[in-house]
Amino acid sequence: MSLLDQADAGLVLGRTRRGRTPWPGGLAVGGLWLAAAAIVHLWPDGDDWAYTDALAGIEAGLGLLLMAAAFAAPGVRGLGWTRRSAPWLAVLPIGFTLWEIATAKLDLLPRPFFTPPQAFLEVYFDDWPRLGDSVVHSLILLLTGYAIGAAAGFVTGVAIGWSRLVGYWVHPVLRLVGPLPATAWLPLAFFVFPTSWSASTFLIALATAFPVTVLTWSGIAGVNSAYYDIARTLGAGERFLVLRVAIPAALPQVFVGLFMGLGSSFAVLVVAEMLGVKSGLGWYLQWAQGWAAYANMYAALLVMAFMCSGLITLLFRIRDRVLAWQKGLLRW
Amino acid sequence: MVALESFDLPAPPSALRVDIEQVSHGFQLQGAPLPVLDQVDLAIAPGEFVALLGPSGCGKSTLLRLLAGLDRPRAGRLLADGHPIGRPDPSRILVFQAPTLYPWRTVRQNVAIGLEARGLLPARKERIDEALDLVGLTAFGEALPHQLSGGMAQRAALARALVNDPALLLLDEPLGQLDSLTRITMQGELVRLWQRARFTAVMVTHDVEEALLMANRVVVFSERPARIKAILTVDRPYPRHRDDLVLQNLRREILDLMGFGEA
Repeated sequence: MSLLDQADAGLVLGRTRRGRTPWPGGLAVGGLWLAAAAIVHLWPDGDDWAYTDALAGIEAGLGLLLMAAAFAAPGVRGLGWTRRSAPWLAVLPIGFTLWEIATAKLDLLPRPFFTPPQAFLEVYFDDWPRLGDSVVHSLILLLTGYAIGAAAGFVTGVAIGWSRLVGYWVHPVLRLVGPLPATAWLPLAFFVFPTSWSASTFLIALATAFPVTVLTWSGIAGVNSAYYDIARTLGAGERFLVLRVAIPAALPQVFVGLFMGLGSSFAVLVVAEMLGVKSGLGWYLQWAQGWAAYANMYAALLVMAFMCSGLITLLFRIRDRVLAWQKGLLRW
Repeated sequence: MVALESFDLPAPPSALRVDIEQVSHGFQLQGAPLPVLDQVDLAIAPGEFVALLGPSGCGKSTLLRLLAGLDRPRAGRLLADGHPIGRPDPSRILVFQAPTLYPWRTVRQNVAIGLEARGLLPARKERIDEALDLVGLTAFGEALPHQLSGGMAQRAALARALVNDPALLLLDEPLGQLDSLTRITMQGELVRLWQRARFTAVMVTHDVEEALLMANRVVVFSERPARIKAILTVDRPYPRHRDDLVLQNLRREILDLMGFGEA
């Protein structure tokens, strides 16, 4: 918590020893949000926008919460992030306000390509069942394909890395077919598989499997041979060497492969949903574009960004747990 | 062959007798054959501590790998208690120059790996604590390898070997990477471990003094391909001292043999 302490030392100026003087920086940040809310509420819209007051209400609510946090922060654990994020929390209301003025208030930017912040709220408030349903469908498709691809890639990678025979036969195929973008299979897959959903699952699995295979393989191939010699002199059999020596030693590389595979699986997911699957965020984007519903598109993109970022974060969290023995892990 | 009369301890029943008979070995280096061992002949009595001394790269470590069963010789035979050595066996354990602990396992899990690999872990759990105690790492059982100093890591590697009750302990410059003070301490500790656990020990080193301080016999090898130049018996009680005149004379004799007469 050294970062927090530094922030404490640097930012808390008015705190006395006895009383709990609020943190002025926090009050200022809260004030900015309240000011943003006031502008949204008091300045009439150039056109009729629903949810303008909802936007003002949310901004005001955030402002009040941040002020409350500024009063509580010195004593309450778990509020340290408000200090670390203070610059971001200050810039955001300013940015929102400029955006609001340029769109809703003054109509400076051409519509319908540019939408005001409250248009996002409109989408989230009015279309949440469809959007939520899309997220669920995307997640199911993505995670099914990813799990299959990751498992298949891991097993293949271990097999190539461990067995000369498997390496001899699989390596040339992997070299030729692996670099092909999974989306290139799309027309064929939609033709061969019974449903577009199963075709998409296959493509996501394919996109995931290639990096996972290559990096698992390279991880296994790169294991210090002394690890094997030592285990063998200590009485380890083949099974023990694979499961207890080769795989743990290769895991850091495996996670690099899983990370890269997750990235390519996002790309395939969106393309597959745009071209074949009749649900999911990719489909929602396509559908919104068809109706020139740009606000829906932006709102869906934002949701998709949170979804992808959340999944990557989850993967890194898992890695941090599994590879806790490593020194100097990158923090995501 | 030099006779072995005066041991500090009687030969224990569990220690291994080793016979190296006319062993030659080599590698292929960029297509050309590279002879490494040339007709090496050596008999090691159960419970003996033998040091293999020679210029670096002469093939001493190759001989240890053959004894561990990690490689097979091109010619000749290696016998452990009269049985040919064909593959690794937990009764013959090799400790490498680098401790090479498994970084994803705690010290305790590293020490346990031999028992785990042979399915003996539940039955002999207490052996792990004994081994950690023996090398003075009781407090570091839950530490990860990267948290250990070089000396501690090497001690953990020793505990990992000792937990299997080896009948033959093969040491490949086990103290080579340690600083000189840690090294002196560890030399004494290794000799004490050997005296307590009563295994047969074969140690590769290129430090003449270390060989003389620790071994019953010192085998001096030639340049590659290694053949035995001389075998010297070090008939001194433990703990030995560097300034022991007998050791100093032996040291001069060995350096002469290795071509460093003027040094």
